[in-house]
Amino acid sequence: MLEIGVNHYLILSGLLFSIGFMGVLRRKNLLMLFFATEVMLNAVNIAFTAIGNYYGDLSGQMFAFFVIAVAASEVAVGLGLLIVLYKKYGSVDLDVIASMKG
Amino acid sequence: MYEFIAFYVFAISTTILFLITVMSKNVLYAMTALAAGMVMISGLFFLLGAEFLGVVQLIVYVGAVMALYAFAMMFFDATKNIKEKHQNPTLVFLLGGLMALLFVLMFSAPIIGDNIQAIYPMIEGVGNAQAVGMVLFTKYLVPFEVAALMLLVAMIAGIILAGKKMDYSLTESESADEEMNIKKGDA
Amino acid sequence: MESLVYIALFSPFVGSLFAGLLFGNAPRNAITGWVASALIFVTFLASATLAYHVATVGAIHIQMMDWITAGDLSIPFGFLVDQISVTMMVVVSLVSTIVHVYATGYMDHDRSYNRFFSYLSAFVFAMMILIMSDNFVGLFIGWEGVGVCSWLLVGFWYHKADRPFEENPSISPSWAANEAFIMNRVADLGMLVGIFLIYWNIGSLQYDVVFEAMPQLADGILVSIAIALFIGAMGKSAQFPLHTWLTDAMEGPTPVSALIHAATMVTAGVFLVIRANPLYALDAVSGVSMFIAALGTFVAFYAATMALIARDIKRIVALSTLSQLGYMFAAAGLGAYWIALFHLAAHAFFKALLFLGAGNVMHAMDDELDIFKMGGLKTAMRGSYIYMGIASVALAGLPVFAGFYSKDAIIETAFNEGTFIIWGMLVITAGMTAFYSFRQVFFSFHGEKRYEALGFHPHDMYKYVLIAMAPLALLAISFGWFMGYYKEFIYGLNETVQYEMSDHTHHLAIYLGALVIAFALTGIFIAWKKYAGKGEKAWKRNEKFENSFVYKLLANQYYVPKFYDEFIVQPYTIMSAKFWELDKKLVDGSVDKLGRACVKIGDTSRGMQNGNLSSYLNWMGVGALLLVLVAVLSSITPEGIVDVLRAVTGKGE
Repeated sequence: MLEIGVNHYLILSGLLFSIGFMGVLRRKNLLMLFFATEVMLNAVNIAFTAIGNYYGDLSGQMFAFFVIAVAASEVAVGLGLLIVLYKKYGSVDLDVIASMKG
Repeated sequence: MYEFIAFYVFAISTTILFLITVMSKNVLYAMTALAAGMVMISGLFFLLGAEFLGVVQLIVYVGAVMALYAFAMMFFDATKNIKEKHQNPTLVFLLGGLMALLFVLMFSAPIIGDNIQAIYPMIEGVGNAQAVGMVLFTKYLVPFEVAALMLLVAMIAGIILAGKKMDYSLTESESADEEMNIKKGDA
Repeated sequence: MESLVYIALFSPFVGSLFAGLLFGNAPRNAITGWVASALIFVTFLASATLAYHVATVGAIHIQMMDWITAGDLSIPFGFLVDQISVTMMVVVSLVSTIVHVYATGYMDHDRSYNRFFSYLSAFVFAMMILIMSDNFVGLFIGWEGVGVCSWLLVGFWYHKADRPFEENPSISPSWAANEAFIMNRVADLGMLVGIFLIYWNIGSLQYDVVFEAMPQLADGILVSIAIALFIGAMGKSAQFPLHTWLTDAMEGPTPVSALIHAATMVTAGVFLVIRANPLYALDAVSGVSMFIAALGTFVAFYAATMALIARDIKRIVALSTLSQLGYMFAAAGLGAYWIALFHLAAHAFFKALLFLGAGNVMHAMDDELDIFKMGGLKTAMRGSYIYMGIASVALAGLPVFAGFYSKDAIIETAFNEGTFIIWGMLVITAGMTAFYSFRQVFFSFHGEKRYEALGFHPHDMYKYVLIAMAPLALLAISFGWFMGYYKEFIYGLNETVQYEMSDHTHHLAIYLGALVIAFALTGIFIAWKKYAGKGEKAWKRNEKFENSFVYKLLANQYYVPKFYDEFIVQPYTIMSAKFWELDKKLVDGSVDKLGRACVKIGDTSRGMQNGNLSSYLNWMGVGALLLVLVAVLSSITPEGIVDVLRAVTGKGE
């Protein structure tokens, strides 16, 4: 039991992903939603790296790199949009921005 | 033994920190916990022998992304607690718990599939950073360049959305309203 | 010669299309009638030429094109013009021509004049296909085609309202049309089964192939085929118990009755038996043939009894048709195919004449059918009177006239075969035939002018119509004279169609004929005595007789229609109503429920679209969870479980 295998990392990744998932479901504040998304992305990164390590393959790490790159761009664009929204509604709460009601 | 202790330390701390991120009512606490969790995850990367990735994690996430969040937060009132209406918290916890349970069940099974061959195997005798570099700039060159372009586009988008005419509303164009009012007046 | 075959076949079709397509929506136009008549006449000319060709050179067998080719099944559009079919062609086209000309006068004032000719010519086309086809499928197509046209024409006055059963046995034209059509469907199923059996056992449907292969088949199969085909013939030729539609079909216009329900379509059943003579002549199916003869005799007798007291002029003629069809089947069943065919032709001529004459009477009496209301019409309608008289004499079978030769030959055949019961019944029926046909003539043309009190002003048909009927009258008189030539002509076909009386019968023929004539004359004499008188001797209604059991039995057609109504139609109606209920609840109900369920699901799931991004996100989360669940469940396979167990337990293996 003292030996740490790939399963341990995967379970950890799954748990973190679930935490992020819960956050996405729970949060109404857009900024907090972004945080939850970051948690999920990081969880996935752990899984990629762990699997790559297990097979002795570098592809896992490569994917993790690209995920980080995507996350960074997402934050940049997302925060820009967030600011625009805030200017318009004075809030970043999803219940306030309910403009999709037909 | 060393790996065992390190894994559990990092694992438990990330879990707790991320839980704080998700549950906290205060944006500042949440962001701080997120940043700390990122650091812990980079520790996990080091444990997995991906030193370069760990460093990138520290620089990009804890450094750049968190700085971005911190700047963004300045627009909003960060010290005030966020008020959120939670319609049915039990459902959220149920769904999250179910998801966690499914993942635990799925990943606790032993991995079968020994016949999988590594496409880009770890290169013996070189450090991780060197190996990553060799793969990244040969096999993944095009995706890498595309990612670079994507980051550029994202940067420009971020600047335009947030930076230009900071004091002027882009979406609620008053001039347009004024034009319409003038036309109505004419009629 | 090939082109003549096509001309004979397709010119009625052209006539039908001409009337139907060009003038379908147009108001009444005399040209449709004349063009259709002319085209039918072209068919007649072509048929007559073909008949000469068949007599001098031989049969023509042509294939127009491949029609159905699927696997081993190959059915060409082929036509066979041999002695049998050419006889039918000439008869059909001649009668059709005259009926078409007649109809131009008879239907003169009908607003659906163009439609009528379109249907009538279409019928002739279908009949031609039926006759000329060289295989069973083509025969069946024509068979169904004439059925459809019959349906269209019987129900031609579809707008007439239903009347109660007591007042009019056939209720209305549309009812009669449906009855005829449905009853024929029952029989056609039998015919289809026969055709399937043939294909199943022989693998071809061409007449020549089939009849050549027949003797090699097992007896049981042959009997099944013979029975199944005969069931089809029974329906089309209105043999008991599928006979009720024929009298009801008189609801249609009289030219239709003359053409379809006397001369041509109803003889299709007889034609089928004659066409399939190599089958019915086999020893293996002698039982079936005997049954055909017996049934035919029974129907001849049965229909004649009903005709004795019928009051409706068209029904009397229809019942006599039924009776004569019985004669034909009797002859065909006894093996005298050519005599049956000869009687078919002779009957077509005099029966069409009789019907057209009856139509004239009807026309003159403003569509009044009850012969009790007529009488003494001979002064007002001399031409029709002569024609009806000739036709009735021919039907009664008095010497020199056509009916004498053909019917006498049938009766002689029955004697020759030693089937004395059949012979006896046919002789008695001949007497009854004479009685009822003259009863009708005397009722309508002699005696007191009963119609005057009712305010009718009868007038005869157009002159040209009467002239057009002359060929039928001539043939009704003279057709029998050509019996010898015809025998020679048809003997060229094959051996089974040949039939000769034994020497013994030959010697007795004169006495037998005299007996039949005696019966016929007796019948005519009784009719004269009872119905032709005037003044004191005039006929009076006999209430007591009309209330007797026998009279009621006959007037109600032996209660067969009532039986069908009580035991088939009514239960079926009740059943249909029940099934309709069931259908409404089960089929409609389930469809409605499905629709309502959709609406309800939509209504409830509409709540999802509340415009709140957060709740959308929650739904997305539920979806993601479901996807993960699917992934987990689908990754569980029996082999996987075994592998996992092995990996967990036997690590050191």
